[in-house]
Parts: sequence; structure tokens; C-alpha cells
Amino acid sequence: MQLLEGEKEQILASVDEVLKNSSKLREDLIPTLQKVQAKLGYLPALAMEKIAEGLNVPAADVYGLVTFYNQFRLNPPGKHQVKVCLGTACYMVGGDITLESFERRMEIREGETSLDRLYSLERVACVGCCTMAPVVVVDEEVEGKVTPTRVDGIMLALQDEEKKSVTEQEPNQGRGEDS
Amino acid sequence: MSSLTPKELYNKLSQEAISHDEAHQEKTRVMVGTATCGVAAGALKIKADFIREVEAKNLQDEVDIVEVGCIGHCYAEPLAIIAKPGHPAICYGHLDDGLVHRLVEDFLAGDDPSYEYAMAALERNDVFPTFEDFPRGVYEQKLILEQCGFIDARDINSYIARDGYSALAMALEEKPGWILDEVKASNLRGRGGAGFPAGRKWEACIRSKGEEIYVICNADEGDPGAFMDRSILESDPHLVIEGMILCAFAVGARKGYLYIRAEYPRAVTHVQEAIDQARVKGLLGESILGTDFSFDLEIFQGSGAFVCGEATALVNSMEGKMGMPESRPPRLAQKGYRGKPTVLNNVKTFAYVPLIIRKGAKWFKEIGTPENPGTAVFSLVGKVVNTGLVEVPMGTTLRQLIYEVGDGLPNGKEFKAVQIGGPSGGCLPETALDVPIDFDSLQDAGAIMGSGGLVVMDEDDCMVSVARYFLEFTQHESCGKCTFCRLGTKHMLDILTGITKGEGDDETLNLLEELAEDVRDGSLCNLGRTAPNPVLTTLKYFRDEYKAHILEGRCPAKVCRDLLLYYIEPPKCSKLCNVCVGSCPTEAIFTRDDGLKEIDQEKCVKCDNCLKACPDEYNAVVKLSPPVLPSEKERKAK
Repeated sequence: MQLLEGEKEQILASVDEVLKNSSKLREDLIPTLQKVQAKLGYLPALAMEKIAEGLNVPAADVYGLVTFYNQFRLNPPGKHQVKVCLGTACYMVGGDITLESFERRMEIREGETSLDRLYSLERVACVGCCTMAPVVVVDEEVEGKVTPTRVDGIMLALQDEEKKSVTEQEPNQGRGEDS
Repeated sequence: MSSLTPKELYNKLSQEAISHDEAHQEKTRVMVGTATCGVAAGALKIKADFIREVEAKNLQDEVDIVEVGCIGHCYAEPLAIIAKPGHPAICYGHLDDGLVHRLVEDFLAGDDPSYEYAMAALERNDVFPTFEDFPRGVYEQKLILEQCGFIDARDINSYIARDGYSALAMALEEKPGWILDEVKASNLRGRGGAGFPAGRKWEACIRSKGEEIYVICNADEGDPGAFMDRSILESDPHLVIEGMILCAFAVGARKGYLYIRAEYPRAVTHVQEAIDQARVKGLLGESILGTDFSFDLEIFQGSGAFVCGEATALVNSMEGKMGMPESRPPRLAQKGYRGKPTVLNNVKTFAYVPLIIRKGAKWFKEIGTPENPGTAVFSLVGKVVNTGLVEVPMGTTLRQLIYEVGDGLPNGKEFKAVQIGGPSGGCLPETALDVPIDFDSLQDAGAIMGSGGLVVMDEDDCMVSVARYFLEFTQHESCGKCTFCRLGTKHMLDILTGITKGEGDDETLNLLEELAEDVRDGSLCNLGRTAPNPVLTTLKYFRDEYKAHILEGRCPAKVCRDLLLYYIEPPKCSKLCNVCVGSCPTEAIFTRDDGLKEIDQEKCVKCDNCLKACPDEYNAVVKLSPPVLPSEKERKAK
């Protein structure tokens, strides 16, 4: 995924700030990654390299950790984040069908972010409201009993919101930037 | 050293807490259940509704609106308890803005408790039944969940006012060995799943005679569909903290960690606040309650890897490495975190300790069965009427748990299986329902106690698909260290995926079984050793279902999508209704020349939408398995 304008500087600044308060021990690696992800929303390659340097750990080890643990993400979160619950209760009433419907509508796979960074789609293990299964979390709002028709409804609402925010903004504000 | 004894210091804290608490009790209290489950169901909005309505009636000086944890009745979320002086405290469920408006107007402003909307009262009274009067109340016995949802988790006074930390004050006046003796005498078995006696673990750690000893609480609850540990940490964090302090005093540790999943942000916040408040009260940190015993706690946020529930993997992950298990021995009690002796117990195990110290080992042993004293905590989910968090004495049968506590299956469906222990557990059939719930009996039946997820399944659930689901989970979570777990589970998953598509022959099931046994025997840790359990138990109890998939290309429960098709039965279809056409996300449904609807099988993605959309008076959409249209069937017959 390409970096946006000014994102490189933001990454470097965030990593520096977190490393400043770090004990620089290997033990601090996971908390450091968590803090950087909390600032940036994800862990771009550049951030991983800088953290490896800062804690004196091979970059491969950092990448190994990031891909080992479910919490860390390699893709930036979309402006709108959709998390589909695939806990046991949700799976049994068709959570996978819901996930598939989102994949079809967003034209991305689970774990990915759309190129315009508007949408990201994830599966999560259990949101903890099994009575409302199948459950989807759309930008922190929990939606219960989501059918494919409801998926269409959710996507329409998000697209509508986007259209409105675009017309409110300056027309020439580009999102992407070659780097 | 202080001139006062721990008990004297504690009495001062306790009096402060009680007067603080009583000041609150003079007012009307609205307690909204805002554990994660409640929040997901909209509890924060309900709380805002209460605040708005109360302000509209100008009652804010007489009414306190507070957040409490989970009382375990998840099926009725969002819910709130209203305690108004002069009335018994009453719990209301299924709240929405209209009901909130009504309760504020009639009960808070007026004096009518609106019993028609009440679920139950919380204390015995002459007007309204309590939770104990429910069938569920007969079987349930709450020990570690007793205060969950009734106290303010974010105020230490709320805990202290109900004898919280009194066990600590009591223990500090005794020798550390006294705690160990009590815990050993109570025969408390570890609630993480394996059931290893906690006292023996602690003793092994003491025998290691390390200069530094660590106490770690395992709150890396990773099973899909299990949320007991999260609820306890969110609703009653001090109970766990007190248990850890007691353990630290018994084994001589000065430092402890709570390993909590980062996916549990509310639990992390509540526990951090609890630690800070306990420090201020002198219950944690340097010279606890004026003694020369010092102990401090810190949270380590786990990054979400199922395998980190395994002790050695958890320690590796705390040291900044990948969470891969090591071979044991050495056990953690000899060589754990930073190479030092370490006690690692589950959230629930620590939560029992203050109760055992306060009420005695004898009291604890009288609950449950002799070999398995105490209670079992389950998150009861799936096809059961009363989903939620339940606590029953060990030895309760599965039948009692599902049919009495859970009130049976909804919609008059037939029971098929119950899955216990999550991805490491097994599926048990109807014939096993009279198995008592304890560590040993469940293991004999082929399942495990696990950490306590319990999923009920009915006739609409396909056992092959369920086995595949759990295996997909463990396969994804396998750390990759052992070949059998890494590749064996992958190969098993491929076979199972094949079966859900009707692939395979007579040999397939034998191969699957053989592979499952190899994975079990060839893996180092319990993730790999138990990963085949869902497959082995379903093969044992539901072999016919597997055979139907392979030999007939039929999924009996009509779940496996490659083995079914959607069909609109012409005699049932109303020509005047267009609901299914509109519901189809891929425009596969069209109107024929004769006005009836039909599904274009090429376009259909089998999303189940039209079946749900078709009005109940027609129910014209059906699933056919094997996927053969009636017209084709006729043609073949000719």
C-alpha cells in the first residue's frame, strides 16, 4: 500500500516518540509495537524497520512478531472499518455468509483495505454479544442479526455519508499521492 | 512497620468504604450493565437516555446513574437494576428509549415500579419474584460471579464494603504457609482447563527457593464464544487482584503481572483503575496494610494468539518473543518468566482464593463433588433460550445446565449436540447429557472442561461444518513449531473441506481419524494435542452425517453450501408477492411468464436471504440437499 503525502514524516515522528520512553529491552518490543500501532492505526514497513533499529533487534524478528500476533495489522485501517464476528455462535447462523457479502460489495478480501482507504474489512473472534448473532461492528457501532440485505443497507449508508462529506470538502483535495 | 495491625488498618478502610457506600444507598440508584456484552447491545445509549430523562424530570439530585458489570443474563441485554429506597431492587431487561422514559416517569418520578416490565427482584420481598425463583436459580450457585453486575467495578469502596480485601487482612496476620495449607486443603483445581491443583503448583514454586518469584494471571481468553474471564475482570477486578496478592504472600513474590488480551479494552481499563485504587489504599505496593510484605502488579497486554494461553508460550510472549511453547519440564514453577520461578493461574482460579481464605477450605469443599470442589463457570451460547454467563456447582449434569438453567432450545427444535471446551473440546450427543460437569467426567466422555465455553446445537447445525470451523481456528492459530500440528491440521482441514463438498470415499474417514490421532500424539503443547478433539468426537458420535456427505452428496442439516440449492416451490409461491426478488443481492430471482418466481441457479450465491425474506404464510423457498432440482430428478427417473 502506498504511503500518503506526509505519512512518512508522521511515521518517523511517532516511532521516535515511542522509542524515547522505551527501556530499549527486548521485553519492550511488543508494548512498543502496540503503542506505535495505537498512534498510526497500523504498522507500516518503515515503522517496523525503525523499531528494529531502536531496540537492536533483527528486522526479521519484528516482522515475525507482527505477523504472529493477530492484533497487529500491516494494512492501514479504512476510514470506515467493518469487523465481522466469526465466533462460534455467529458462525453457526451464517456469519461467513455476511462476511462474503461484504467482500462482494467492497471488492476486497477479509484483512484488506480498499485502495482509496475508505473501507477495511476484518473478521474478529468474538464480540461478546452472541444473542444478536450474526454480529457486525461498523465503526464501533454494533449491528445485530445482519443479513446480506442489511449488508447492502450498511454499505449504502456509508457510501451516502462519503458522498455528503466529499461535497462539503474542497473539491480538489486529493487523497492519494505517488511516492 | 505501622503501629496498627493489618486487621485494624483494614477495619478503618472498611468503615470508610461502608459509610461511602451508605451515603450512596440513601439515593435511588440506577445501575446499567455496561460490560462489553451490554455495551454491544446498546447499554451506553441506555445510560445516556436515563441521564437525559432524569434531567428532564429534574431528578438528578435524587438519582445516581452508575455503570455496573455483567449479571450474566445476556439474553435480556441491555438491562438495568433500579434500587429505590422503599422498594426491592428490581432488574429490567430489553431496555429501549421508550421503556427508559416510562420507568423514569412512573417509577423514579412517580412510585410505580412498572412490574409488567420487570425481570426479577434482587432481594426477597413480598411483591415480586427474585432470580432465585427462576428454574435457573435452583441450579445456579454464584461464588465468583456473586458480585458481578451488582457492584461498581470502578470504585474500590464498593468491593471493600462487601468484605473485599478482608481475606488479605486476615492472612497477613498469619504465616504465609497458612494460605498454602488452606488452598491445598480446599483442593482448588486450576480453572484454565487442565484442572491441575493450584496448591501443588504454588508449593512447587516455593520449593524452587528462587530469590525472585513472579505471579502471573492468565487472562488470555482466546476461545471464540467464551467470555467468562473478561466478564469477571470487567465486573469485579478486585476479586482477582486480591487473589493474586494472597498467592504472592503465600509464595513470597514481590511482582506480578496480569496478561490480558489487548482485544479486551474495557477489562484492561477496569483492571488498571483497580490496581491504582488498591495502591492508594495501601493494599498493593510497598508494605501492604502496614506489614513488611510488598507486592506490585502490572498489566501486560497480550496481542492475541490463542497459543499464548499455554504457559510457556505466554512467558515467551511476555519476553518479547513469538508465543511458542517450550517442552516441559522445567515447569514454570522452576524456570518461568525471566528464568525465575513463576506461578501462573487462570483468572477464575485466583478469584476463588479470597473466598476460600475468608470462608475456609471446608466451606469450599462442601460445594461441588469431592474430587472437583467448587463451581464451574460457563458462557452458555448457541441454540439455547437463556444465553449468558452461568455458574453452577461441579457435578451438575449437562442436561440440567441446558434445559433448566438455559431453559432448553428455542423454536421447538430438536437437540443435536453440545460443544464444550471450545476448539480443544468435543461435541457430545444427547446420550451424553447426563454426564456430570467436572474435569474428569468430561474428559472420559471425549470433551474437556476447557476454560468454559458451552455451545448448544440443534438439528439445523451440521457436525462436519462445526468440526471444520474449529479446526480452521486451531490450524490458523497453530504456532508452527511441531510438524504434526502445523501440517497435520492443515491436511485434516483440507480433508474436512472436501467432505463439506461431498468429496471423499470409504477410506477418507479412516485417514482423517488416523491423522487426528497422529496430530494428538505428535504435538508438544495442548493446542496441538487437543486440536483433533472436535473431529474425533464428531466422528465418534455423528459418523452417519459424515457418511451422508461423502456417499450421498447430502448435508442432513442443510448447511454445507456446496451440497444444497435454493428452490422456490411453485405450489406455495404467491404470484402477487415480490419480496424474494428484492431481497436477492445478485439478482438471481426472476418472475416467470406464469407469474411465479424462480431462482437462476447460475447466479445464486446461496446467501439464505430469500428464504428468510419469504413471508411466513407462504414459506415457498426451501433448501434441497443433495442439490438436485425436482425437474432433474424426474428426468433422471425416466
